[in-house]
Amino acid sequence: MGPGLALEQAPPFSAPLRFFLTAPVFLAAAGLLAAWSTGWSGTPLAPVSLALTHLVTLGFLGMVMLGALMQILPVVAGSPVPAVGPVAAVSHAGLAIGTPLLAWGLASGEAAILNAAGLALGLGLTVFLIPTAISLARARALDSVRAMALSVAALAVTVLLGLSLTAWLAGHWAPADPIDLLGRHALAGLAGWVGVLVVGTAWQVVPMLQLTPAYPPRLTRALLIGFALALPAALLPPAPWQIVGEAGLALGLVVFALATLDLQRRRKRKIGDTTLRFWRLGMICLALAAALSPLPLPEAARMTAGMLFVAGFGVSVVNGMLYKIVPFLAWFHLHAQKGLPAAGRPSMKDYLPESRAQGQFRAYLAALACLLATPFAPALAVPGGLLLAASSAWLGWNLVSAVRLFRAHGGRV
Amino acid sequence: MSTINQYLSDDHKACDDLFVAAENAVAAKDWPGARDQFDAFTASMRRHFAREEEVLFPAFEARTGMSGGPTFVMRSEHQQINHLLAEMRSALERADGAAYLGQSETLLMLMRQHNMKEENILYPMADQALADESDTLVARMEPIQA
Repeated sequence: MGPGLALEQAPPFSAPLRFFLTAPVFLAAAGLLAAWSTGWSGTPLAPVSLALTHLVTLGFLGMVMLGALMQILPVVAGSPVPAVGPVAAVSHAGLAIGTPLLAWGLASGEAAILNAAGLALGLGLTVFLIPTAISLARARALDSVRAMALSVAALAVTVLLGLSLTAWLAGHWAPADPIDLLGRHALAGLAGWVGVLVVGTAWQVVPMLQLTPAYPPRLTRALLIGFALALPAALLPPAPWQIVGEAGLALGLVVFALATLDLQRRRKRKIGDTTLRFWRLGMICLALAAALSPLPLPEAARMTAGMLFVAGFGVSVVNGMLYKIVPFLAWFHLHAQKGLPAAGRPSMKDYLPESRAQGQFRAYLAALACLLATPFAPALAVPGGLLLAASSAWLGWNLVSAVRLFRAHGGRV
Repeated sequence: MSTINQYLSDDHKACDDLFVAAENAVAAKDWPGARDQFDAFTASMRRHFAREEEVLFPAFEARTGMSGGPTFVMRSEHQQINHLLAEMRSALERADGAAYLGQSETLLMLMRQHNMKEENILYPMADQALADESDTLVARMEPIQA
């Protein structure tokens, strides 16, 4: 059967779940490190700041996004990732081993640790990138699938530049302008991979989850073309075009965030839930972060803008999505394994009671408020970090509780 | 847009609207209103499934020779959806709002990912495979009132 016909090929539960259950551990680790070490809030280039950034971006955002892409590609595009079981196992191991090593290596500057981190991450992410590229190449050419393909290309650039920078820090070579490389690495990873991936996914899932009107096709097409032009312009050529490219990316992300908030306001489903609150928070933070990014800001404000993007936007949206994906997959796989009749089986709300999700959201909101203010009031790093660790542990516990209920009803992971 | 995809995607939207009307009524604890809306919703779902299972799927299977593939998966998801609808009906009869909303959340996810597969994959394939008879098929689906 050709790839376009593979409607039934949902990956086994274990493939995405291993990513979803590991991710909160790294977010909690980032919270503890932020509370324990001082001085990270002054500059994004301090060794501890770099370690913190990668615990969140690779360990939490990257971890969940890899698992979610493997799950969503067969549904959205009818195109499963080839050999998804082994690919999930190897790429998960690469990220799970490489991320703490990289954080350690960046914080300590030790060459041997950086070498090991580069090896694990390079291997794990390459094993993810190649089969995913094959799946995307076979997929039907919807705008959202094209946006996902663009974001995966941006991830490949991010990995390549990241490995070059790791090799530089480990003393293997000396680039002419390492700060310029670093800027492009961050831009490709944040705007290109995280930003464009959320955009392409949102075009499918925002109308799906809240029954909002669809994104207008002219808007998705204009954003897609804009990102496809702005991303290479921002990453490749000399200065004047780079500025145009960066401004284009920022404008596209602001337009997307405002359009999403508008659609959510016009949703038909009146019941609000925690996922919706996480998404709205995420979209407000994205609009602010993207609007601030082209401005010549002082260092502290630049730190806050960066945290608005990574934590306020990235972590919020991913946390919100986990609250839909994990309960649904638990429900779905229990039915697939046990068949009918199904009386007495848990519903999605039984797997994840709204009250627990809501409490975790409030804890995260408090953490975010402290962390965003930390560059201006460094003492807030301690409560901010501890609250982030607590809300991440709570998120992890909410997800583990769903899996325990799944097991209690005879489900096998 | 092509005919089969347009026609059945519009059907999905009509079902979504009735789903939401029923759910909003339950959230407002308007039980008589919720039962009326839910009846209208289940009727429109049954009609939609009949249009697919009695007209589109057999035509697709006959033309492509694929009966164990995409249409098999869609039929089994219809069964799962019908099962959830029965549970929601029983929650309505007990006026158990929490049970209804737990099931309706599940139904929404199941229904929308099902619709996504149909709208993104199956309907475009059907429009390609059945291009010469899509008008006839739509004309046969239209009068169905399951």
